[in-house]
Amino acid sequence: MSGLAMPKPDAGTLRRRSEIVADMRIIVPGEGVVDAANEMRAFESDGLTAYRQVPLVVVLPETVAQVSRVLKYCSDRNIRVVPRGSGTSLSGGALPLEDAVLLVMSRFNRILAIDFPNRIVVAQPGVTNLGITTAVEQEGFYYAPDPSSQIACSIGGNVAENSGGVHCLKYGLTANNVLGIEMVLMNGEVVRLGGSHLDAEGYDLLGVMTGSEGLLGVVTEVTVRILKKPETARALLIGFPTSEQGGQCVADIIGAGIIPGGMEMMDRPAIHAAEDFVHAGYPLDVEALLIVELDGPGVEVDHLITAVEAIAIANGSTTCRISQSEQERLSFWAGRKAAFPAVGRISPDYYCMDGTIPRKELPRVLAGMRELSEKYGLGVANVFHAGDGNLHPLILYDANIPGELDKAESFGADILRLCVKVGGVLTGEHGVGVEKRDLMPEMFSQIDLDQQMRVKCAFDPGHLLNPGKVFPQLRRCAELGRMHVHRGQVAFPDIPRF
Amino acid sequence: MTTFTPTTSEEVLSSVAWAVAEEAPLEILGHGSKRGIGRPLQTEHTLDLSKLSGVTLYEPAELVLSAKAGTGLAEIEQLLAQNGQQLAFEPMDYGPLLGGEPGKGTIGGVLGANLSGPRRLKAGAARDHILGINVVSGRGEAFKSGGRVVKNVTGYDLSKLMANSWGTLAVFTDVTFKVLPTAETEVTLAVRGLLDDAAAGAMALALGSSAEVSSAAHLPERIAARVAGGSLGSDAATVLRVEGFGPSVAYRIAALKTLLGKAGPLEEIAGEASKAIWRDVRDIRPFVDGSEKPVWRVSMTPAQGHQMVLTLRMQAGVSAFYDWQGGLVWLRMEEGDPEAALLRGLLRKHGGGHATLVRAAPAHRAALPVFEPQAPALAALSQRLKQEFDPKNILNPGRMA
Repeated sequence: MSGLAMPKPDAGTLRRRSEIVADMRIIVPGEGVVDAANEMRAFESDGLTAYRQVPLVVVLPETVAQVSRVLKYCSDRNIRVVPRGSGTSLSGGALPLEDAVLLVMSRFNRILAIDFPNRIVVAQPGVTNLGITTAVEQEGFYYAPDPSSQIACSIGGNVAENSGGVHCLKYGLTANNVLGIEMVLMNGEVVRLGGSHLDAEGYDLLGVMTGSEGLLGVVTEVTVRILKKPETARALLIGFPTSEQGGQCVADIIGAGIIPGGMEMMDRPAIHAAEDFVHAGYPLDVEALLIVELDGPGVEVDHLITAVEAIAIANGSTTCRISQSEQERLSFWAGRKAAFPAVGRISPDYYCMDGTIPRKELPRVLAGMRELSEKYGLGVANVFHAGDGNLHPLILYDANIPGELDKAESFGADILRLCVKVGGVLTGEHGVGVEKRDLMPEMFSQIDLDQQMRVKCAFDPGHLLNPGKVFPQLRRCAELGRMHVHRGQVAFPDIPRF
Repeated sequence: MTTFTPTTSEEVLSSVAWAVAEEAPLEILGHGSKRGIGRPLQTEHTLDLSKLSGVTLYEPAELVLSAKAGTGLAEIEQLLAQNGQQLAFEPMDYGPLLGGEPGKGTIGGVLGANLSGPRRLKAGAARDHILGINVVSGRGEAFKSGGRVVKNVTGYDLSKLMANSWGTLAVFTDVTFKVLPTAETEVTLAVRGLLDDAAAGAMALALGSSAEVSSAAHLPERIAARVAGGSLGSDAATVLRVEGFGPSVAYRIAALKTLLGKAGPLEEIAGEASKAIWRDVRDIRPFVDGSEKPVWRVSMTPAQGHQMVLTLRMQAGVSAFYDWQGGLVWLRMEEGDPEAALLRGLLRKHGGGHATLVRAAPAHRAALPVFEPQAPALAALSQRLKQEFDPKNILNPGRMA
């Protein structure tokens, strides 16, 4: 681990490990408890593989009652719990702790209900994102949010991370597509939020839970909205001599009232890496490559293709190909979708960042990144969701060279600082986790962070659920709860009447 | 009796800080257009945000707008319209239903009540479009959440927590919303003469097609005459809105006509006439009658809406119409009794959801839970959140009780 401070393991919990394991076997009988060190290795990290930790014990419950009992047991004994879905988080959200039960939800893998008239699917949290689409596609429906890990990532994990994907510009993030959840609080209480109707009653706790990174509760059931598949989809592959022109083209498309199904941009290093890897036919003499996908009825798509092509030409595009077949559309995407492994071929290791910026700041941020790249002596390739300003710089480094991981992390932190400086945010879709935890003060004041922690205190006052994630420092809830203002201490001799 | 009328966020902060120190509860007010919703307040002091007004940032190409919380919704919508843009969630105007004037309401109120209109079905509610907030909590602490970009998962989404909190957790000072282009063309297809159950079937068929229907409402016989100046006539009208670029709208309307050709007589309504229908559905125009007859807003499973109403009719005199494919039921209790227990009992038997008593005499609102009562564990959790953000219960105390 490179200098990341995690909560100090509780010596008492570590001492009582065998007793805890035995009790877990009573709550979750059969194969649901894993405690052998070699078997637990499979769970020691998530998609942020630079960080690893073998957990206290791995528990794989099968029923809501078991989840509730595990959490209540741990709550009563002050034992920490880290929830985990498929373990594809890129920010270390499911990184185990030495003294924590790792609660793995993968056995919650059934679809509970499919309701076409109301266009909903009720799924257990371990069902994969793609599994939902697979269950309804014979009727022409699909689940819209499509994170690139959709083959593996779980819908429960999607809720925890508020996952996005290339289509969220038009169809929204997880938060906009989930209607309800059932969840278990750290104290074992089971709570339902929303359902098969729109908008939850009372405070929007469903909105708070979505993207809460496993710190507030464990999701045990998810109700999502499904959509009818668009009739057709076609894409344009547009090359520009400068990233400024590409960025302006994106702004002009949106300015024309067009919200494409997907709008992705790649910079020169990413284009070359992808082309070398999958031979998608990308132009190699451009600085920015834009993929614009339009979906809907054929007449609409044809109409918009013409409009987008005109906008591209007006912005000085040097190449503009329009897909004439489904095969060609997929070939445009092949390079983009393989961008990460493609970069993996040209560098021993890469570190994927995830900032969001106001779109107009793109040229400034790319220029800033080039400067940082020279300063740190590390290459960077950029792919980004251009429509919503979500950048994924891939920093190239070699973990076998001492100090390079630290250097890559410092470079990444500087990129995120730059994103915040231009009005953006630290993470667009990958989450804070442990990765960006210590950067939170770049974006939030202590007072801002205190409010977030107050939410945590309402859900989990003992800080037992997924501690060490999201918040740079933990403050005791009792201390946060204290009112620092008392009657008479704030002097308002004259009541302000504005 | 003090009324604070701050013009800056600093003044909001010092007003709330004073109230915290004095333990003096405040009613949080914008234009007061929704003042008649919720349990009546009995606070001595008022925090009037209507002078905390003005759009502070609008970048059409970035699809983002920020405004001070007391900015009029009408002002914002006018500004957006000048740029061919809109708040896609189509916030409704409760004013006329509650006996007030039309065209009032502030952007802070829109978020505080999580307003939305018929396009909610496709575009989401206010909570789906909020990007960031600045607020002052009931502890007298000014803080921010979110930002100005669409994709943001940095920390908890406190903007959503504050949506639908009716001013009971914090006072908004600034809000930032995502805005979207207004559709170039809108056409409404009306299927005429359907009974409620047939209408539910037709709406499910339309929404389950790839015609991208943005709104679906059913106006039963006689109710239909009370929208768009009576232009629909009084036969039941099941209305489906299609929006987008001209050629696409024409194609999708044609597809819907084929799909629903056997359901009943079809009418195509375009332009201003179409807009008038949806504006009136949005603002519950059929029940704008100058009375205090109880009106319920029920959000439930779409296919169950008309079934619940059928059962309810056996025990109470009600008028009903449906938005959101049948999942938003507007009910007027014709005999004057809200029948809260009866309605909520039936709602539970029909797939659950929530019923809000949006119009009722103050005596009814004082005696009944206006908002849907929550299960004990959820109610306790909500109470703990209230305690965290407003421990002295100074912000709109009791309004959501």
